[in-house]
Amino acid sequence: MTNELLLWLLPLPPLLAFALIVLFLNKSNKASHTVAILSVVLSWLGSMVLFLRALGIGAEALAEHPMHDSLVWLPGKTSLLRIGVYLDPLTAVTLFFVAWTIVMIFVYSVGYHNYGQPKGDHDEKGYPPHGATVEEHGHKHKVPSIEPMYARFFAFVSLFAFGMYLLVVSDNLLTLFAGWEIMGLCSFLLIGFWFKKESARAAAIKAFMTTRVGDVFMLLGIAYLYVATGSLAYTDVFNPEVLHQLAHSPAPVLGMSVAGFIGLLLFIGTVGKSAQWPLHVWLPDAMEGPTPVSAMIHAATMVSAGVYLIIRVFPLLHAAAEVPEFLSPMPIIAFIGAFTALFAATIAVAQNDIKRVLAYSTISQLGYMVAAVGIGAYVAAAFHLVTHAFFKALLFLGSGSVIHGMEHGVLHTGERIDPQNMYNMGGLRRKMPITFWTFLIGGFALAGFPVVTAGFWSKDEILGEAFAGHHMGVFWTLAVAALLTAFYTMRQITLTFLGEPRTEAAKHAHETPWTMTVPLMVLSVFAVGYGWVGVPKYFPVLGGLLPHWFQEWVGAVFHLYVKEEQAVSHSLVPLLVSILVSLGGLALGYVVYRGVTRADQPDPLARPLGPIFTLLKNKYYFDELYAFLFVRPAYWLAEVFTFRWLDRTVIDGILHAVARLSWNLGQFLRNYIDLPLINGFGDALGEGAKGFGRLFRAIQSGRVQHYMLVALAHVVAFLMLVYYYATMS
Amino acid sequence: MNSWTNHLLTLILFTPALGALVLWFLPSRPKVQRWAALVASLVPFVLTVVLWVNFDFQRAGEFQFIERYPWYDAIGAAYHVGVDGLSLVMVLLTTFLVPLAILASFSIQERVKAYMMLFLFLETGMLGVFLALDLLLFFVFWEIGLVPMFFLIFQWGSAKGERTVWPGFTLQARVYAAMKFMVYTMAGSLGLLLALQMLGLVTGSFDYLQVLERWNSISGPVLPNIPLYIPVSLVKKVAFWAFVVAFALKVPVWPFHTWLPDAHTEAPTAGSMILAGVLLKLGAYGFLRFVLPLYPAESQFYAPVLAFLAAMAALLGALAAWGQWDFKRLVAYSSINHMGFVVLAVAAAAKAAGTEHAVQALNGAVLQMFNHGLTAAGMFFLVGVLYDRAHTRNLKDFGGLFGTVPFYGGVLMFTAMASLGLPGLNSFVSEFLIVRGTWPVLPVFTAISLVGLLFTGAYILKGLKHALFGPLVEKWANLPDMTLREVLVIGPLMALMLLLGIWPLTLLDVIHRSMVALVNLLAG
Repeated sequence: MTNELLLWLLPLPPLLAFALIVLFLNKSNKASHTVAILSVVLSWLGSMVLFLRALGIGAEALAEHPMHDSLVWLPGKTSLLRIGVYLDPLTAVTLFFVAWTIVMIFVYSVGYHNYGQPKGDHDEKGYPPHGATVEEHGHKHKVPSIEPMYARFFAFVSLFAFGMYLLVVSDNLLTLFAGWEIMGLCSFLLIGFWFKKESARAAAIKAFMTTRVGDVFMLLGIAYLYVATGSLAYTDVFNPEVLHQLAHSPAPVLGMSVAGFIGLLLFIGTVGKSAQWPLHVWLPDAMEGPTPVSAMIHAATMVSAGVYLIIRVFPLLHAAAEVPEFLSPMPIIAFIGAFTALFAATIAVAQNDIKRVLAYSTISQLGYMVAAVGIGAYVAAAFHLVTHAFFKALLFLGSGSVIHGMEHGVLHTGERIDPQNMYNMGGLRRKMPITFWTFLIGGFALAGFPVVTAGFWSKDEILGEAFAGHHMGVFWTLAVAALLTAFYTMRQITLTFLGEPRTEAAKHAHETPWTMTVPLMVLSVFAVGYGWVGVPKYFPVLGGLLPHWFQEWVGAVFHLYVKEEQAVSHSLVPLLVSILVSLGGLALGYVVYRGVTRADQPDPLARPLGPIFTLLKNKYYFDELYAFLFVRPAYWLAEVFTFRWLDRTVIDGILHAVARLSWNLGQFLRNYIDLPLINGFGDALGEGAKGFGRLFRAIQSGRVQHYMLVALAHVVAFLMLVYYYATMS
Repeated sequence: MNSWTNHLLTLILFTPALGALVLWFLPSRPKVQRWAALVASLVPFVLTVVLWVNFDFQRAGEFQFIERYPWYDAIGAAYHVGVDGLSLVMVLLTTFLVPLAILASFSIQERVKAYMMLFLFLETGMLGVFLALDLLLFFVFWEIGLVPMFFLIFQWGSAKGERTVWPGFTLQARVYAAMKFMVYTMAGSLGLLLALQMLGLVTGSFDYLQVLERWNSISGPVLPNIPLYIPVSLVKKVAFWAFVVAFALKVPVWPFHTWLPDAHTEAPTAGSMILAGVLLKLGAYGFLRFVLPLYPAESQFYAPVLAFLAAMAALLGALAAWGQWDFKRLVAYSSINHMGFVVLAVAAAAKAAGTEHAVQALNGAVLQMFNHGLTAAGMFFLVGVLYDRAHTRNLKDFGGLFGTVPFYGGVLMFTAMASLGLPGLNSFVSEFLIVRGTWPVLPVFTAISLVGLLFTGAYILKGLKHALFGPLVEKWANLPDMTLREVLVIGPLMALMLLLGIWPLTLLDVIHRSMVALVNLLAG
């Protein structure tokens, strides 16, 4: 099969699986998951084939001649809009992690949704399964029950996979946007998967609406780009001449060039999708979805799309930043990224829900990538994108496994506790060893544990670039955020796995089935190993032993557009800082939280931090602030102002007034014109004639002798007149 | 072409009316009437497919299948019909939607014969508007469509509700809605009629093509044939506004829109489908067929005014939709939101006459007209399906139906997403094209409309949230899922939504060709 054909076909199997499950297979759980998994394995296979072929071609050659095929999609007067598929080194690395993580989610979901377990006692569609009672060895006990909407889940998640593949293989921003929005829909459907739960419903709406704010700007950005260049294909838009022209023509607002303004609009799309401040509020709530899976989607794949977008359009941003006459969007991007990284890390410190910690950590880590793009370090951003996808997928699936184990304990003991609250856990390392070790690997990667983890290499690269580029504000912000990251990661590991069980449920927690642990193990291989492809040359001892493959590979993509920076003398300061904050944070986290022994114990930080801790625990009250500033005024604007006041009172009021006026005018015309005058005149005419007749009726007696008499009188009178006039003349 | 295809348009135009007459003589049993009406409405659809196949797409900018017979020779009016790309698409929309609407009306139980006859007469009225190439003929059909719709709302509209017009004067809601619809449209027609007659007198003909040619080549300070002694420019301005108001009422454009939520909410399901699906397009069609070609200079001059009203429709329509608790009224307001984009595109095309932007905007506008026809008809139908079962449209009464009626849930989700503009489904393409065409021409109004697009998401999700999501309301626990008949109504709509989302060239090719011709005409 040719590369191009394979690229076209790549997104289709999951779409087909979605259609098959929705239309035909939804009655059979087994058929549904078989088809779904088969479809993503097919796409995975195709991705791997393409990845290996890409490796064979080599970075330089592939960057210069990407795999590319397109066809006409929209007509135009002077130019036709083409859409197609595209694979360059950046696509290849993205495809690699997307394919792996998606297959892992699918396999994991089988176990997570309790395939093979009995039906629940009182389970109904729209609520999470509550467990089933089974009889074993003569006594009854409760075990987890299968998800009542098992097939539906696989349908949604297949469509999701289609969206992600579509986005990655697109050669243009329009189909990228299509994949982007399809994932938005699936995210809505998956967050609200347990649709009868009030909290899930609210979270689903919130996610969709918040990201839509970004999407509307992004759509405008895409339309503007289409206006400005007559195309949306990367190969046309990122043509150096086109970029030059875009960067040198002024946009109508903000003192930016067209390139800069479009870049900013597209970036707002990223802010929504990758949950950057101030549109970050949806991601933590997105944890309402089926625990690890939708969470994982909101960590490893979909939110990565936002970062992928700004890396993809980096030539545009870069071109805009090169022209000093116009305001550059880059500092804005760097600021938002760095601020979000720190801001979200502080919130993560004060969360007790195991998934919420990870959610905020995701926001924070995405902030790193965005900041990296903002300072021009797109290779480092791409590198962190990939490593983060692996270790965050691992962590989320791990947390799902923990929750699953805890739920088992909760069902077994009948305890009424929140299985997601880390304070109810403790000592799980003995009960769930595979989950523990893999979670430890993921956590250490997130914390940037030196040398052995992938997270270290990618985070170090971002810090190093920030330092080398003299972006000291960004550098120190990210360094502090890294310290906090290591701290809350160790807090999480300590509370969850170390120490002794703090509840009965934790004592009875259970390791999860192989369908869940195998994906964990596979992902932990990448969480460690993927870092080795990006060891910088200047690194002591190791540097130079391994080639910096990632730098060469992704760096080749934008060689055509971005002038190579002069080799900067790499300082060891950022390296030392990143080692220090990582180890320091981990140690601190352990020291502070190892003393937690009771489930109801207050957080050790609550007293020293005081009101700040409350502020962090409540996420800086952003939800409340937005509700006050935007949501409630918008409701008022819609329901009271627009509908009740403007439409019903003013516009309809005017209409009704006109109606009433016409009605009254009609009444007036009838009562004062029609009746008295017109009718009156008509009546008067008739009545007058009648009266006249009545008056003269006397002479109309009907007797001939009377008439003769009258006639005689007239004749006499006439003759007298004639005589009179005759004598006169 | 053989002889019968020479009369294809006349056949398409009058088979529904003929069908209505046949219905008159058939037995009044509902079953007979329903099926006969369905067959009678399928004939024009099949004929339209024949028309589509025989249409010369290379010449989509010109009128084809022209038929011309003398009618009122004395005043230069004739029976003159023809199709170009624009009317072809609109005719297709009409003949496609009417059979589905009739199928949707199978649940009507009262006075079925009268209902079906009115529906078929309505179809002839609507088709006539799209086919007429004579101003007088156009006006006749424009008015004919009103009457059946008035009675459909008045007689078969929703049974409940009333509106107080002023203290002491309260009407049944459907009577109120029917009156409002009628009076409003008539008010608009008044100016239109005068302006049409003026055009006829000045140019000495009611023939569209002749009027177009002579009217635009008028030179000199005063009008020929009419001793008005008013400057031509003023006459043109007044006539322009007479046209605009008539069409803007129909689209409807803010602030002339308040008849729509009432009419659409109170009409029977199929009536709403046709109102939103086709009748609103008559207004937009009027803009494209008459306002732009006849008044290019005035359109250009007043484009910002029109754009302002359109942007207000897009924004306030979405906001008002979001503020609704009556599911049907929510969908009704969504039409104002979506049609606002069409008028915005028309304004942009008028302002940027002759450019690529104008072509893109108009492509988007016509496609949006078609797309909105599909999605709005689909949404109204689905609300009707729910109402037929639950006898309420109040969103607060629902909840958790996604588990009870999963098939309906999926279909509603699909249609709602098409209406929301999800890429991969139809509306996205047209909205994208409109934004692409309007942004460089009218950036501020486009930005306002985009805020409306944000709220499009809000109201669609509000509907889904309350109908499908949330705790199940006990009394709907045994609600039956969709029947085969209902699936047959929504199925073709969904198929087209998907097709046009994935492969918009299916329609855009012909739209594009005719819009290029229009834009070239405007550029002079």
